[in-house]
This record gives sequence, structure tokens and C-alpha cells, in this order.
Amino acid sequence: MAAPLDQKRPDLSRALVDAGFAALVTFGLSFPILALRTEQDMQNRLIVEPRWSWSVIAVMVVFCARLLAGLLSDWRARALAIPGALIAVFGAHMGVTQALTHGAGITALGLALLIGAFALDARLRDAPAPVAAPRAERADRSRLISMAGLAALFLFPFVMLAWLGPQGSLKWINNYGVQILIYVMLGWGLNIVVGLAGLLDLGYVAFYAVGAYTYALLSTTFGLSFWICLPLAGVLAAFWGVILGFPVLRLRGDYLAIVTLAFGEIIRVVLINWTDFSNGYAGISSIPRVTFFGVPFTAADDGFAAMLGLEFTPIHRTIFLYFLILCLALLTNVVTLRLRALPIGRAWEALREDEIACRSLGVNTVNTKLTAFALGAMFGGFAGAFFAVRQNFVSPESFTFIESATILAIVVLGGMGSQIGVALAAVAMIGGTEILRELDFLKQIFGESFDPAQYRMLIFGLAMVVMMIWKPRGLISSRTPSIFLKKRTAVAGSLVREGRG
Amino acid sequence: MENFLQQLVNGLTLGSIYGLIAIGYTMVFGIIGMVNFAHGDVFMLSAFIALIIFLALTQLLGLASMPVAFLIVLVAAMAFTALWNWAIERVAYRPLRGSFRLAPLISAIGMSIFLSNFVQVVQGPRNKPVPPMFTDLIHLTDGPLGVTMSYKQILIMAVTAALLLGFWFVVQKTALGRAQRACEQDRKMASLLGVDVDRTISLTFVIGAALAAVAGTLYMLYYGVVNFTDGFTPGVKAFTAAVLGGIGSLPGAVIGGLLIGLIETFWSAYFSSDYKDVAAFSVLAVTLIFMPSGLLGRPEVEKV
Repeated sequence: MAAPLDQKRPDLSRALVDAGFAALVTFGLSFPILALRTEQDMQNRLIVEPRWSWSVIAVMVVFCARLLAGLLSDWRARALAIPGALIAVFGAHMGVTQALTHGAGITALGLALLIGAFALDARLRDAPAPVAAPRAERADRSRLISMAGLAALFLFPFVMLAWLGPQGSLKWINNYGVQILIYVMLGWGLNIVVGLAGLLDLGYVAFYAVGAYTYALLSTTFGLSFWICLPLAGVLAAFWGVILGFPVLRLRGDYLAIVTLAFGEIIRVVLINWTDFSNGYAGISSIPRVTFFGVPFTAADDGFAAMLGLEFTPIHRTIFLYFLILCLALLTNVVTLRLRALPIGRAWEALREDEIACRSLGVNTVNTKLTAFALGAMFGGFAGAFFAVRQNFVSPESFTFIESATILAIVVLGGMGSQIGVALAAVAMIGGTEILRELDFLKQIFGESFDPAQYRMLIFGLAMVVMMIWKPRGLISSRTPSIFLKKRTAVAGSLVREGRG
Repeated sequence: MENFLQQLVNGLTLGSIYGLIAIGYTMVFGIIGMVNFAHGDVFMLSAFIALIIFLALTQLLGLASMPVAFLIVLVAAMAFTALWNWAIERVAYRPLRGSFRLAPLISAIGMSIFLSNFVQVVQGPRNKPVPPMFTDLIHLTDGPLGVTMSYKQILIMAVTAALLLGFWFVVQKTALGRAQRACEQDRKMASLLGVDVDRTISLTFVIGAALAAVAGTLYMLYYGVVNFTDGFTPGVKAFTAAVLGGIGSLPGAVIGGLLIGLIETFWSAYFSSDYKDVAAFSVLAVTLIFMPSGLLGRPEVEKV
């Protein structure tokens, strides 16, 4: 920052005015929706009850946060001070109203954080700006990191199993491992369409649904096995990708976005209403579970456990599912990386950068767009078939717009086109929302009526906004070009055009 | 014939609501080229605000006159929703101005998720029924199947028409409208000529939210029930309407809204209500195949 030094110095009166204004706005925002609660009474009539305390708390929180943000100039100090102040106030409140013995301790902790933040801010303000460390040679290191990451992924279920036992590790392998990997795969699939070819697709979940229903219907009506249905799911999803692709080829940017969104909604509405085909809202249940290439994961004599002479536990199936989705995701990754080096992959990226230049140089834009759509859809279909075999149950509820939005957010947050970035973003977003399920301990602080699950999606939405503001170009914004003259060097993300369709 | 006329009345009522929301989409898109995904949820929020103010007026303050209550509710909902959208723009979109194109879109989707869950947390997940208002009917034709029009429907169409007229006046005749149209054409040039671009964009969000609040109040009045999930479907329909009419075009948004409302109502009346969403979206897809920039949109000319 080239700002003069005295401007960097926080100014108490300016910070106070600013915080007062923010508090006033918060009061305006909170007045009808927060301060008055609608409730149904015994006669089922809607009545309204004042609840001023919520509004007052919101105003106070915003005032304190804004004031501290105005007084502290460094974001690290702010990140320390604002929770510190909240903890201090909360501790004091608890100590006074509920005679909580820890009240004083909590207050002291908050105050300590607050003082620490001011000290940190003073030090950082006087310190010279840090000089960016020179970048080490990255090619070798990134290869090493990805190999280590891969090894860790393969070892993850066994480490968990050894550490927590079959009961304790089930949650970690299933809710974290499998769930995150599904989104990694979906993110990589959509990355072909959005990140590489630059076509904004808001209805990706439709292909996921096509894959899931393909397996669900074929296995329940014709008794086909998962390994036959998996390629069929991919082919059918790709087919739908082409069907959707044809009419929208002429559309650009946001027109493409709304048509893909509409397509996703159409598929969902049809699945809900065409009961003869899809059983409507009730969905399709008792879909055959996954087998180890024909050997079922049961306690029976011909089961997987008996075959290998192991003691039967359901964790075997979960671990197999984990490796299945890991291999599928890696397949997506490898195919994408290889395609990038082929003419078609270069054509996608060229199309993203400049469609008119592409056309003038003789790139067949129709085929380029269609292949991107079809391939992206195919991987969505694979993931869908996996979803069906994992859940044993599919219903239209699983394929709402929120899913499409989440996958798109993963791609954009990952840095549009960066494979590792997409994987990191999936871990952050899906792992983060799963962790939010574990907040039951907050009940001890806020009382039994506090239900943390309610706040899960609220925090999810807020995190999406915050992460975009923090890193608008995604976590990994530099690109490695697929073709280069002499030396492979990373390209800054700001030099890369975005998906315009 | 009577059925047709009846459905025409119903369709125009629904279309008015869509048109009012669609203006918010189209204005924001026109000026900053962003699909404001949270707009549907701002609409839902405004319906809740209207509901709460209505209940507060009638229960806590004991106001008995319905027309007065309606007028106060309308104005207050417009004001509070406008404040909300102003704050949302300030917090979630302004820091991303000039950033790359998909960043504000994702931020808006996050905001949309936040808003609907926020309303769920603070007001509860249940449906909120509203006592019926303005239920008297006017018989336009006689007979057992006669065409009727409720006071509600007349009110909705009248309020929509009046506000659209006022809005048209603001955009065409005032300095704010001139600044807004200038920013829409060329933001950089407008700022060089002394237009405060940030302020104009803020005001665009404020106006869009005020119109969405009108739609929200009318929606609450018409259906008599609101829920925190009510933002998504009307939002997507209104966005569809804006695209159908040609995104960026204000008359296009209104025409698109009316068209979508009519398509939905007629499809429900003559075929099946299950597939009314499919009908609306299919019409959109077919229109875009033959008219890629919508009914009244300017074709996008790309200079090399």
C-alpha cells in the first residue's frame, strides 16, 4: 500500500462514527424480521411477538465488530480481536445472569485475546511490509506433494480403521471420505465444462440425476449389475449432455446459464411428476448394494468377509465404496489432464479465452462445445451411478438446484480449471459443512433449545460469500499452460479469461 | 370462452408479480452484468417483512382499516427491503466489482442460501398463513361458470400498473434514471462524465428491491401463505421472464413476466398443473433457439 503513514493510523472518532452507522443500519435490517417473531397460537392463528433482545444483540455485535475493525488496521489483528471481544462480553453476560462459575474465566480469555490483538496490530503496523519470498522451483515439489497426497488418500481408510476401530471410523470414512470424494469428482467433471471450455452450466446436477436413476432403474427392473450400469450411466448422461448442448450452442454467457438451470429443473420436475417411471417423490428404494466384483458384502458364507477369512463388519463395504469413488475421481482427473494435452483440450481452453479468434482460426466450435458438455456430463453420470449404489435410494430431493450451485461454487472457488484447487475447495466446503454437524457441544453453552443443525446452511451460504470476497479468483489462481515454448511456467490467474459461454 | 377469460385474469395477476421481480433482475444485469441470484430470496424476505408488519399493525397497534394497513405495509416493506438489498450489495457484491465475472455470481448464490436459511432460523420453518383480505368478488359475466375477479386481483394489477408507471417515469425523466441508463451503456464513460457510478449502482439495487417488495406484499396477499422456501421458484421464473423478454430490457422484463404468468396459468388450466414449470422453461428454451437475445433484447455485438 502506498498510502501515507498517518492514514494508516486508526482514528477513534472516525471508527466510532463508522460503527454507529453500521449499528444503525443493522437496527433497520433487524427491525421487522428479527425483532418480531411470528408464531402460531392454539387456534392456528398467526400472532406476532416482540423479541427485542435478538435485535439488540445483533446491533451490539455489529457495533463492536465494526469499531474494532476500524481501530485495528491489520486483518490478522481483527480476526483475533473480534472473537475476543465477543467471548469477553459473552463470558461477562453468563457470569452475571446465570451465575456461571466459568464466567470470569471466559471473560479473562476474551480480554486477553483483545489485548493480544491490539499488541499484534501495533507491532504489525510498525513492521516493514514483508518481502515476498522468492518462489522455489515448483515443478518437482508439486509432483512430490501430489504423490504424497495420493498415498495419504489410499492409506486414509486403513489409518482410520486402525485408529478408531470399525465403529468409530465408519463416520469418518463415509461422511468425510466418500462424501468429499463424490464432490471432488463432480467438481472435476464440471471443471471440464466451466473451467476448461468456459461454458457456464447451472444445471449440472441433471446429469448426476440421470446417472443415479440409470443405475436405480436398470438394477431394480432388469437386475443389471453395477459394473454394467456404470458405463451405461455415463453414456446416457453424455447423451443428455449432447441433447442439451445442441439447442444452446448459439447462446452465450448468461443465456446459457438460465437454459442449463431450466434443464436441471425440468429433469427434476419430470422425475417428481412422472410417477410410473420414477416413482415420484417417494423415489426408488432398495437399490442393490455394491458387491466386490460379484461377491456381496454380507455375513453369509459366500460373502466378502468369509471369502477372505475376516470377521464380518459393515465397514468393509464402506472402505470398498471409498476406493471405488477414489478410483472414479482419479479417472476423471487423469482423463482431464490427458485431454488438456490433446488438440480437443487446447480447443476448449482457446474457446474459453476467445470464441471469435477460435472460429477465425478454424476451430469447430460446435464440436468443441458438444464434447465438453458430453464429457462433463459423462463424469456426472458416473458419479450419479455411484451415488445410487452408495445410498441404495434415490429421490428427486437429492437433485435440487442447491447441488448444482454447490458444485459450481467448488469449481469457482477452486480456481476454474485448476484440478488441485477444485479438490481443495471440495474439502473445504463439504468437509466444512460436515464439521458443522458436530457442533452439539454448543448446546452446553447456549442451552438445550439451541439447535446447531439449523445454522449449518446459514453458515454455508455466508462462507461462500466470504470466500469469494477473500479470494475472488479461487484458491489456486495460477495455471500451468498445456503447451509451451521452452520452459513450463505458471500463468497468473488474472491473465486468464473466465467462463463466458 | 369463460374459462379462457377467467384464466386470462388469473394469468395476468400472476404475471404482474413475476414482472415486478423480473425488473430487479434485468436492471442489475443491465448495469453490472451480474445475475443477482439472491433476488428471489430478497423477494421472499420482503413477503415476510410485509407479513410481520401487517400482523404488528393489526395485532399490536390495533389498526382496523384494511386499505390503510395495506398502504402502510406496502410502503414499509418497500423501505425495509430496499435497506436489505442496499446492505447486501454493499457487503457481498461491491468488494467484487471489477473482479472476474463468476465471482459475484457465486457470492450471490451464497447470499441466496444465507437469506433463505436466515429467515428459517429467525422465523421458523413452518408455513405462515395470513388472514384473508380483500376477498370480495366482482362478477364480470353471469352464469354458474361466470368470470369473476376478486378485489385482490384488481388491487394487484392496479398497484403493479401504478408502480410500473412511476418506475418508468423515474428511469426516463429523472437525473437518477439518466445516470442509470448512462451507466448501463458505458460505465467508464459515465464515471468520466461525472456520474457517481457506485451510488447509481446502489440505487439500482434499492429500486429493484423496492419493486420486489411490492411483488412480495402482493404475493402474500394473493396466496395467503408464505414460507422461507418461497424465494427460489418465483425467483427462477422471474429470471426466466427477464431472459425471455431480453435481459437488460425493462419493457422486456414486464412482457416476459406477463407471458410466463399466462403460459403457466393456461398450461395448468388446459393440460396439467404438474408440468407448468416444464412448460414455462420449454417456452424459454424454444424462444432462445430462434431469438437468442430474447424478445426485446439487443443482439450482443462483439467487437474484435
